[in-house]
Amino acid sequence: MNYNISEENEQMRMMVKNFVENEVEPYAQEIEEEDDIPQHLVDQAKELGLFGLSIPEEYGGIGLDTVGKCIVYEQLGRTHNGYVSLIGAHTGIGTTGLVRLASERLKQKYLPDLAAGKKIGCFALSEPGAGSDATNLGTTAEKKGDKWIVNGTKHFITNAPIADVFTVFALTDKEKGAKGGITAFVIEKDFPGVTVGKPDKKMGLKGSHTSQVVFEDCEVPEENVIGEVGMGYVSALTILGEGRVGLAARSVGSSKKLIDLSMEYAEERKQFGKPISKQQAIQWMLADMETETEAAKTMTYRAAWLIDQGEKAIKESSMAKLFATETYNNVADKAVQIHGGMGYMAEYPAERFYRDARITKIYEGTNEIQRLIISKEMLKGS
Amino acid sequence: MNIYVVMKRTFDTEEKVEINDGIIDEEGAEFVINPYDEYAIEEAIVLKEAHGGEITVVTVGNEDAEKELRTALAMGADQAVLLDTEDLDGEIDHYTISEMLSAFFQDKEYDIILGGNVAVDDGAGQVAPRLAEKLEINQLTTITKLDIDGESAYIERDVEGDVEIVEANLPLLVTCQQGLNEPRYPSLPGIMKAKKKPLETLDLDDLDLDEDDLEAKTRTVDRFLPPEKDAGKRLEGEPHEQVQELMSLLKNEAKVI
Ligand SMILES: Cc1cc2nc3c(=O)[nH]c(=O)nc-3n(C[C@H](O)[C@H](O)[C@H](O)COP(=O)(O)OP(=O)(O)OC[C@H]3O[C@@H](n4cnc5c(N)ncnc54)[C@H](O)[C@@H]3O)c2cc1C
Repeated sequence: MNYNISEENEQMRMMVKNFVENEVEPYAQEIEEEDDIPQHLVDQAKELGLFGLSIPEEYGGIGLDTVGKCIVYEQLGRTHNGYVSLIGAHTGIGTTGLVRLASERLKQKYLPDLAAGKKIGCFALSEPGAGSDATNLGTTAEKKGDKWIVNGTKHFITNAPIADVFTVFALTDKEKGAKGGITAFVIEKDFPGVTVGKPDKKMGLKGSHTSQVVFEDCEVPEENVIGEVGMGYVSALTILGEGRVGLAARSVGSSKKLIDLSMEYAEERKQFGKPISKQQAIQWMLADMETETEAAKTMTYRAAWLIDQGEKAIKESSMAKLFATETYNNVADKAVQIHGGMGYMAEYPAERFYRDARITKIYEGTNEIQRLIISKEMLKGS
Repeated sequence: MNIYVVMKRTFDTEEKVEINDGIIDEEGAEFVINPYDEYAIEEAIVLKEAHGGEITVVTVGNEDAEKELRTALAMGADQAVLLDTEDLDGEIDHYTISEMLSAFFQDKEYDIILGGNVAVDDGAGQVAPRLAEKLEINQLTTITKLDIDGESAYIERDVEGDVEIVEANLPLLVTCQQGLNEPRYPSLPGIMKAKKKPLETLDLDDLDLDEDDLEAKTRTVDRFLPPEKDAGKRLEGEPHEQVQELMSLLKNEAKVI
């Protein structure tokens, strides 16, 4: 058993940690208040190669393995979650379909610009009528000559307001449905018939914008099918599966940051003549926060490692997502508690993390759906 | 242009420093490139971008310093050299280090050597100036601006807060001060490329040096942390009362007026 990380992974960890702490963190409050990420922070991330971390070298990225990606996401999780959401939706679900499943032609066409961050990617599966039941799509694609005509409405699509390249799922055969009737497409924002809605107003993840996307007789060239016609649902599961450990890693990073903030506050804040960190009640909260976070971290990196060994690790990835995101929420709750009334105030970051933690139990497959996946894997043969 | 950077691996001084029996506890400490040396590396990259050439980063230390050398390579240096101190049993001081560096530079062709103003761990600022003396080349310390045109360099120096403008000829050694530039972060592609760049280790034999010639000229007697600061005193009452009390404290207690 070997828990060491490679020298270059350690360098990446240090680089992203320093970058996040010195460059991004000073803007966290501003991002929250303005609901906007300053352009220079996005540009810096591009310069550092963060937008290409999951895209192979031959297409201009650096093609990190899963452990490497988790290391980067964990450090990004230490700052404003809107920032990591913007980058993560692009490097994760927004480009994985192209990287893993697309034809060479599509890869050549789209990946270099996506790797450089010249174009932004997003992933459009969810619809008003298709959330956890992602197969219940209302969006359809009909073949006309050498084009597909796409009609339908997607919602809650992260990065849609800034995205250039959409991975879109549509029904191509109603009869077959999930079993051969869903197809994935690459759609550009400038294709005729694409309308992106106004950013949604939401509880947290400020600066990272989601919106509706409407396709109205949108013409998509035949060659823009990702993978095979009819295999879209399998593609969606593959893409989401790969995203799961990344979200787990981000949650670990946010939890670690909350622990640091809580320790700092507990040592500074004095009540009854001594720092509250001298109270066992506070110490036990810290101990639980640390223990759960370390457990989540171990599960996350084990799942990542299994994937790098060529395993599907479906159960392990789902367990890591489930546990790490629940941990993040527990830790955020305790962090607010340790901060007392200050934990409820917007001037302390615990308040923001507390709200931002909430979404991690919902997107990229709700935690109920994760439990469904885990138990299904467990009961497979029976 | 042949550009060299001399750099040091130091512990991160933003971390808590612990001393046990006069020895700094390195257990669990994070190590970094000396921040002033980061200015030197950045300036080397800027020079290369403007004038072309090659950047070699050199450090004196043990194999742990390979990590910091790799970081310099990831930032944009072309090759790295570790002058290994493994064969040295005794104490290593600025004399030892500058002797090793000057041995390394004996057969090298260089236009400019850049270093940090001081290392943040011991703050001595000796190695680079000693090296320039040994090599008998021009040296300018605490620089905050550098422009090179042909064989001559236009330099601004920080002299206790004032600026001194100097012109000097190459070959030249400079030490870099805060304000010279903003060191870049190594990019992810840079980190991946650094893996494949040459990193050479030279021991005393390679440098034609003998352990006896490198014996430290100084001896560290003790190390200790500064005493903890007492809590401040809070004055109360109306402003004029506070002023009176402050005056009396400065006179009678602090005895400074
Ligand atoms: C901020 C944000 C960003 C998002 N980004 C994207 C994106 O980029 N791309 C994209 O495609 N989607 C995105 N989504 C959509 C997200 O993936 C869905 O909201 C999520 O999958 C849940 O679907 P739903 O909202 O329809 O909830 P529902 O499916 O209606 O679920 C409601 C509740 O019922 C539970 N439930 C449903 N079915 C079952 C079952 N079979 N067993 C047990 N419990 C069940 C759920 O767990 C949940 O608790 C985003 C959502 C948000 C809020």
